[in-house]
Amino acid sequence: MNGWLLAIAQTLFMAALAPLLAGWIKWLKCRLQSRSGPPLWQPYRDLMRLFGKQVLLAESASPIFRLAPYVVFSVTALAGSVIPMLAVGLPTSALADAIVLVGFFALGRFFLALAGMDVGTAFGGMGSSREMTIASLAEPAMLLGVFTLAMTVRSTNLSTMVSFLLVSEFQIYPSFVFAAMGLVLVAVAETGRIPVDNPATHLELTMIHEAMILEYTGRHLALMEWAAMLKLLIYMVLLTNLFCPWGLAQDLRLAPLALGLVSVMAKLLVLGIALALAETGLAKMRLFRVPQYLGLAFILCLLGMLSHVVLEMN
Amino acid sequence: MVALQLALVMIVAALASGFVPALVCPRRPVWIKALAFPLLGLAGLAGIASGALALLGGQSGDLQLPFGLPWLHSLVHLDALAGFFLLVVGLVTLVAAVYAPAYVREYAAGPQPLLPLTLFTGPFIAGMALVLLAADAFTFLVGWETMTLAGYFLVAYQHQHTANRDAAYVYLLMSQVCGVFILLACGVLAAFGGGFDFAGMRAAQLSPAWASLTFVLVFFGFGIKAGLVPLHVWLPQAHPAAPSYISALMSGVMLKVAVYGFIRFSYDLLGTISWQWGALTLFFGCLSALLGVLYALMQHDLKRLLAYHSVENIGIIFIGLGLSLVFAGTGHPALASLGLIAALYHCLNHALFKSLLFFGAGVVLQQTQAHDLEKMGGLIRRMPVTATCFLVGCISISALPPFNGFVSEWLTFQTALQGPVLRNNILGALIPVAAAVLALTGALAAACFVKVYGVIFLGLPRSTQAAKAVETSTGPQLGQIFLALLCLLFGIFPTATVAQLAKIAGQFFPDAMPQLTAQGWLWLTPISPEIASYSAPLVLFGLALAWLLVWLWLHPRRRRQPVSLVSPWDCGFGPLNARMQYTASAFAMPIRRIFAPVWPMHGGYQPPSAADPGGRYQLHIGDWAWSKFYQPLGRLISAMARRLAIIQGGNIRAYLAYSFFTLIVLLLVVSL
Repeated sequence: MNGWLLAIAQTLFMAALAPLLAGWIKWLKCRLQSRSGPPLWQPYRDLMRLFGKQVLLAESASPIFRLAPYVVFSVTALAGSVIPMLAVGLPTSALADAIVLVGFFALGRFFLALAGMDVGTAFGGMGSSREMTIASLAEPAMLLGVFTLAMTVRSTNLSTMVSFLLVSEFQIYPSFVFAAMGLVLVAVAETGRIPVDNPATHLELTMIHEAMILEYTGRHLALMEWAAMLKLLIYMVLLTNLFCPWGLAQDLRLAPLALGLVSVMAKLLVLGIALALAETGLAKMRLFRVPQYLGLAFILCLLGMLSHVVLEMN
Repeated sequence: MVALQLALVMIVAALASGFVPALVCPRRPVWIKALAFPLLGLAGLAGIASGALALLGGQSGDLQLPFGLPWLHSLVHLDALAGFFLLVVGLVTLVAAVYAPAYVREYAAGPQPLLPLTLFTGPFIAGMALVLLAADAFTFLVGWETMTLAGYFLVAYQHQHTANRDAAYVYLLMSQVCGVFILLACGVLAAFGGGFDFAGMRAAQLSPAWASLTFVLVFFGFGIKAGLVPLHVWLPQAHPAAPSYISALMSGVMLKVAVYGFIRFSYDLLGTISWQWGALTLFFGCLSALLGVLYALMQHDLKRLLAYHSVENIGIIFIGLGLSLVFAGTGHPALASLGLIAALYHCLNHALFKSLLFFGAGVVLQQTQAHDLEKMGGLIRRMPVTATCFLVGCISISALPPFNGFVSEWLTFQTALQGPVLRNNILGALIPVAAAVLALTGALAAACFVKVYGVIFLGLPRSTQAAKAVETSTGPQLGQIFLALLCLLFGIFPTATVAQLAKIAGQFFPDAMPQLTAQGWLWLTPISPEIASYSAPLVLFGLALAWLLVWLWLHPRRRRQPVSLVSPWDCGFGPLNARMQYTASAFAMPIRRIFAPVWPMHGGYQPPSAADPGGRYQLHIGDWAWSKFYQPLGRLISAMARRLAIIQGGNIRAYLAYSFFTLIVLLLVVSL
């Protein structure tokens, strides 16, 4: 029972933390670009402002349009609950393994893309088309990366996967190295960051995620934005805990949990700096260069799998 | 025994639904409807009851039918495998019988009489049931050919369109080719087994070479009927040509009968499985899944798109079967039965969601009078029930949790991930690549169904018919709601289903049951809970909980500030119109550009001319299998036929000489 309560608490904590991470990255990027930058809690203010605003709905919008923000947010929150963030061995990680996690994101994206096509404006359809195209290339790459890890760990259960490095003696697995590189590339594409998509732009030629939610207002928009922040947090937590799980609590006592909290915050801080640096240093690529980028991710994950078969099986 | 008798009731009722109206009241459409469809529904009910008794109750039975030749009895046998497929056939038949009466109203004013449709639907169902029950090669082939020939007349029903006549001809041709393959496979088994009954064939001692030859015959025989790439071309032509509920029966059920035949012959009759068969099946399964979905993405005809998705889903089923055969051939019976369970589960799921989508497509097509996606739009407001059910179908076929399509794909993934136990590096590395192909297929299918749903049901109507569409009547609505509920149910309670399917796998791998449901009804654990688990009921509960929390939090604001409707922002250029929306072609364009070598495309921009002052842009997307496989083969056969035609001089003396020399040669052969 404690485990279930902790899982719910962890999910709420993730939802509360997500805007802070977004604020941190935004602030860092501004500093790196020699601007003063908004305060760290600006995303909270934005969300509260949006939640307080009236919803304006297009006349041509269908119930799908009103349903989508709730579906997208609930699915993302559920995805957050199955991730081992502070401790391994939470009962929720048995609910859904890594493949189901990919399925959750796919379900959220399905509704997001439908919502984009709903109102009948040109931008929404464009965003949906691009999003689904990129996702259809990113998802196999991500699953291949997950499979590579799963073959080494002999499990797709996220807790088991995370605790593999934690409990076994330290050693560098070539398959993990390749899979890590591949999954980082995929995570950048899936969370809509530079160089695949630019979360800060509203220029029609470049936007993907923003194009789909262009018609949203008020609390619907707030839910969509919040879900996007949460998704970024989930991917970052997943990456750090899969490949650098040290510090995670292995049981549910207070002291290890506190240590787990501190370590995961420190890791997110560092990963946020890395993301801000990458986003400042890189330019957004053309849409039709993205397949090559994701192809690279796919090849890296495939190399990881082959190196597992060739080097690690015996 | 009751189960078997019910199955015979199904056959008799289905035949009666075909022939009774034709004999009693051939000229009165109202009476035909009143007789044929209730009888069809009865056949469906009997099929469900019989299948449920055989599968859930574990009943089995043997019977000798009172026809057949004195030395060649017609035998039927019902076991769990046949029972499962009988259940699937019964379910879709029942829904079709509920759906059809309102649907065929369209044909009352049309050029065709109603009678041929009901006359051939009955034998079509009866043939499928007979295939499932048959326990000897003759009964099997009689059932098979009844199904095939009745199917031909159903495809050719609207024969005033040239495209339908061509589709029916190609269908018949390919069906006969696959009939020949199956006949040869039966012949090999009967020759070694000493009899045409399945018991004798099962006992046949085949050398590995003969066994593999038989497997190849079986694979291509049933593979043509199931629509595996590159043999699939008849399928996307034939299935859309038939009326929509027949398309649902063909895509949802007839393909499953081919899968049943493949399982019956390779697992049951051939017996000793070698892993190379699995590799062959896996390869063609991957090819079909990937090419099926890529071709589907480029289609604008709704029913043709759905037919290509049948090719994709058959590919997914064969990936499961291929994995199962590989594991069976390398001595891992528990994993083999896991793969088989995944494949069977996908058979059930595909039957449910594909027939749901075809039923929905039928309603949409009737209301909009168009097959072309580009003429639809905004239907969710005109027909909310159909739109909701269609959405369930789209989510299910895109393999998204918590619906049913996801469960079977997840089980297939889990089977594939056990590849490393093979201790064979190449095979062990290739199997996860098959899993990656499956992942790509699933993601592309989701993209395709966002396109389908977005273009048909969302946005603004793209034609006047679409703007005037109305919701369909009660019967079709009920049928769709029933199937949509089943899609959700089989997604939420997979453990109950899997426990039943494990019985079928237990028929072939008796001493190696996977521990799928060892952790209780909440948890699906393919190998063990540490390795992987999925709990669909808890996932649904979690989703509902998150939703509830958000809703409770936002509810006070909703009360305070109701949503106000405004017109969407149009950048100040005047009102938005339907032509500003993304079209289906535009939606699929990035994918078309990325995977360009997959399709033979021609066309392009033609500069302005007198006929088209504004210029014209055309794009035709074909099918490589047609231009590179079917057409060369057809040309080869025509050329050979022309050569042979030399002996047909039209001279009666020459023909008499042929007969004479044939007689002499035969006498020589006999005397030797």
